[in-house]
Amino acid sequence: MVNINIKNLRRVRRFAVTRQHLKGSMANLLLYIMMTAVGFVFLYPILVMTAESTKDVYDLVNPLVRWFPTKIYIANFTRAWVVLGGFKTLLSSGGYMLLVAICQTISSAVIGYGFAKFDFKLKNALFMLMVCTFIIPDQVTFMPNYLMFKSFGMLKTIMPFLLPALLGQGIKNVIFILIYCQFFKMIPKALDEAAEIDGAGFLRIFAGINLPLAMPATVVVFIFSFVWHWNETYLTDLYFEDAIRTFPLALSKFTEYFQKLFPVEDFANPMLRMNEGVRMAGTLLCILPLVIMYLLVEPKLVESLDRAGITGE
Amino acid sequence: MNMVSKLKLRSRKQWLGVLFVFPWIAGFLIFTLYPLVTTIIYSFSTVRFKLEGVSITYENVKNFTDVLFKDPEFKLALPKYLVQIFYFVPMVLVFSILLSLLLNNNLKGRSFFRALFFLPVIIISGPVVENLQTMGAASLQGLGSFPVYRFIHESIPDFIAAPVLYVFDNAIMILWYTGVQTLIFLSAMQKIDRSIYEASMVDGASSWQLFWKIIIPTIKPFIFLNSIYTIVDVSMSTMNPIIIEIKNAMFNIKKGFGFAAAASWIYFFIILLTVLISYFLFGRERK
Repeated sequence: MVNINIKNLRRVRRFAVTRQHLKGSMANLLLYIMMTAVGFVFLYPILVMTAESTKDVYDLVNPLVRWFPTKIYIANFTRAWVVLGGFKTLLSSGGYMLLVAICQTISSAVIGYGFAKFDFKLKNALFMLMVCTFIIPDQVTFMPNYLMFKSFGMLKTIMPFLLPALLGQGIKNVIFILIYCQFFKMIPKALDEAAEIDGAGFLRIFAGINLPLAMPATVVVFIFSFVWHWNETYLTDLYFEDAIRTFPLALSKFTEYFQKLFPVEDFANPMLRMNEGVRMAGTLLCILPLVIMYLLVEPKLVESLDRAGITGE
Repeated sequence: MNMVSKLKLRSRKQWLGVLFVFPWIAGFLIFTLYPLVTTIIYSFSTVRFKLEGVSITYENVKNFTDVLFKDPEFKLALPKYLVQIFYFVPMVLVFSILLSLLLNNNLKGRSFFRALFFLPVIIISGPVVENLQTMGAASLQGLGSFPVYRFIHESIPDFIAAPVLYVFDNAIMILWYTGVQTLIFLSAMQKIDRSIYEASMVDGASSWQLFWKIIIPTIKPFIFLNSIYTIVDVSMSTMNPIIIEIKNAMFNIKKGFGFAAAASWIYFFIILLTVLISYFLFGRERK
């Protein structure tokens, strides 16, 4: 009698366990379906871009050709590459923005360290002030800055980006300072004190001990500083005028540049005219360097973002 | 003696702190405070550029009244921007919470999706989005012919249907703006101890209750943080209608710097207002 009962119990339990398991895997499947759907929506513009940019004129106007062109048409890319400015633009915009990003990273580290590790009069007031400057739109401060740079003859150079970045006033600089500040606060003070007793100077304590420990913050700040400067077009347009070209800037004037480079002489030949294919190829080429960079640094970046303690401890 | 040296050490440390923060103080004075004051002056005057320099004549509040009541372009841009803020920001917040809930599960391939959801933060920029929008790649094509869409469009009263349709029309852009926010919510959620979930499950809480009673209170400060981030992100993007207006006004002979300065100050106060609203909604500590 007892035996049967136990058998029954086991069966019931096994049934319950498999049901739970089944429920779990069903839920997982549902989650996968949802994530894939969302992922598709995320990728949709890039997929459209890729499809459009490989179509020639006949495919573009053909309503039957949507995702897969009849043949892959490379000329869109070569022409878009020329319109964007080619390697020269890539190197100049990349190089300049790299320089600015390095400066911004260094200054953010220094300022963040000051806010995190020292106590002085008005520190909290200054800190609050800094946080508040985050919501000041560039437009309010831009005009006098523009005139100032103009009077120093700094327009058409990298200076209007470099100087604010060096003094902690660059693009979205508040975020970078906050990230460093959070991170330096997590490094125990005992470490600094030990180094001080051993006779290390303040520079040594900062650069030799704290900065290497704050590597995740450095990765995050540097990459975002670079990306956000690269993608900036409002200020670059006004400060650089036409002297320095960047990819996004050339993209925003794509039609104009295209017509200059490929003036329409032969109206009968539709292959030569500006179309969606070329425009999409230009857009794709513009984001390609960033995508490649992202693929290379992504694992490190996300891990660092987690550890950079944006959400605090 | 000891006291004196200790005091000296303390004041030395204070000065060191000031030294480290000094770049920011200098930068703030030069690149933020001075321009702020100058644009206040500009906004109350007419600014003309002459060979010998800038001439500024006091004009009282003419610029402000011009911006608010006379200028046709600003009149068009302002409602456009307000609609953008009042639909876009809540939607971005809702979707970033949903995405971070999705990512908060222990699934295989989680890091792949996390990387995918974060990609737009890297590639998004004014011209790219603009190009995508003109090519129609920024909204899902063919959505308008879906029965659900048509049903909402035709048979639900406008004031309910409008936000829903807005989500459909701007689905991609909303998702593309959620990257940073999702990551912040996700790492906040992951700091919740698993044992709290287990304890409340034992007490019979459903996952719906878990969400409202545990997850939402935990991430509430970050809702405030993210709402500010989103407001600033949207307000300062190159495609923003008001920003474009201000830029055009600057180099317009009729309007000039005075007009642009007044417009940017009005704009600043609107941003401030939205930040305050979000503070009253999410930022206050409940006693």
